[in-house]
Amino acid sequence: MNKESMKVKIGLAEMLKGGVIMDVMNADQAKIAEDAGAVAVMALERIPALIRKDGGIARMSNPTMIKETQKMVSIPVMAKCRIGHFAEAQILEALEVDFIDESEVLTPADEANHIWKYDFKAPFVCGARNLGEALRRIGEGAALIRTKGEAGSGNIVEAVRHMRTIQTQMKELTIKSQDELMAVAKEMGAPFALVEQVAKTGKLPVPNFAAGGIATPADASLMMQLGAETVFVGSGIFMSKDPAERAKAIVEATTYYDDPKKLAEISAELKEAMKGLDMSEIPEGERLQERGW
Amino acid sequence: MIGILGLQGDVKSHCNILQKMGVESSVVRYPSQLDRVEGLIIPGGESSTMTNLMERMGFYKPLTEFAKSFPVLGTCAGLILMAKQVKDSRVKPLGFLNVSVDRNGFGRQIHSFSETINVIADKREQKIIATFIRAPKISDIADSVEKLAEYNGEPIAVREGKHIGLTFHPELNGESIFHELMIGKNISRETIPNHQ
Repeated sequence: MNKESMKVKIGLAEMLKGGVIMDVMNADQAKIAEDAGAVAVMALERIPALIRKDGGIARMSNPTMIKETQKMVSIPVMAKCRIGHFAEAQILEALEVDFIDESEVLTPADEANHIWKYDFKAPFVCGARNLGEALRRIGEGAALIRTKGEAGSGNIVEAVRHMRTIQTQMKELTIKSQDELMAVAKEMGAPFALVEQVAKTGKLPVPNFAAGGIATPADASLMMQLGAETVFVGSGIFMSKDPAERAKAIVEATTYYDDPKKLAEISAELKEAMKGLDMSEIPEGERLQERGW
Repeated sequence: MIGILGLQGDVKSHCNILQKMGVESSVVRYPSQLDRVEGLIIPGGESSTMTNLMERMGFYKPLTEFAKSFPVLGTCAGLILMAKQVKDSRVKPLGFLNVSVDRNGFGRQIHSFSETINVIADKREQKIIATFIRAPKISDIADSVEKLAEYNGEPIAVREGKHIGLTFHPELNGESIFHELMIGKNISRETIPNHQ
């Protein structure tokens, strides 16, 4: 994999900055998302809140559903494959999906190995809870990192935890001296070259987005202010009482994230957000963020 | 001061280029902010998203007025928004660059690519790396529009008067030639009575 093709993959992530990527379960929802101003949609059969409710094995979406979504909208269409399930990823690439999310929201296929993402021409996004995890995924060829948060919870607390952890760990790296970096790499379980790079630049070598629990315009603003460059909204839109209005509001809130007056205006018209779950209601073994390493 | 339309997209990459050139820049997210800049960059991103936010924020009239006096540089989605015609009802172009543009002219992301291209402008010739991301194609071009670069015999960089439109992203490779060309043609606010 040469440097240029990595640049082309990261290039699409750069274009998605300052935007909202929305989970959709069919072509009609994709249309609502695009009309609201989404920069991309994530085509999946069940949004995380429903996966959590229904149980069973969550797999890659049916190709027909993905194709219908691609036909409906002009914006990039992303889709999820199971962690380590490179055959699903190959199928998604054959479908010309614009971004593949190797996602903890689906049931993992391999508990030891993530996909070697350099083998693919399609770019990958992966979730992370801390800097070590982010750098491991980038080491495998991910072109974009998102916080894992806790998908389908409607609760922002985990996304905040993960974003703050990554930001703090990056800041800490910048004040380390060269002879301390190998120990950091060992402790984080991260590739040394990437640790060195972050120590030098203070940021990830790929864009850093937020996901997992965003349900309101204020949530989007919070994540952007904490350093996210774009937000993924999964269950937050289509589990709410007013998907089209909420989608529009979150798009606007992401652009004007640092303008509280505007945010007040945007939020005023909205109906009820998704109900959401307190973390104590999700038993530890059922937390999606624990999937992958 | 050069503005960068900051509704969505790779605003930061453009900002970095201007900084490297020693040019002051400012992100424009409200129409009133156009009053303090002397040129505007419309970055790459999703043209349907930008259309949406430009309509909601009332950017169309002031931006069209702005472009009569000041230069605009558009990359990818930016070019699409500057065009006279776009064959897609989801995008409402501003129409001050006399070209027709097809969105995603090369196809989906898997067909995105980087290529060395030759730019010829103002008797200056330069090879640069151009990165095409789900890039549009310029399908039609008026006589008043000058081609600055071609790829496979098709125009990929065009200039009409003070405005420049590109189907690719020089900003992703730190290439500043088009920013230089745009600012070289810059008109100071002081010389235009209505824009004091």
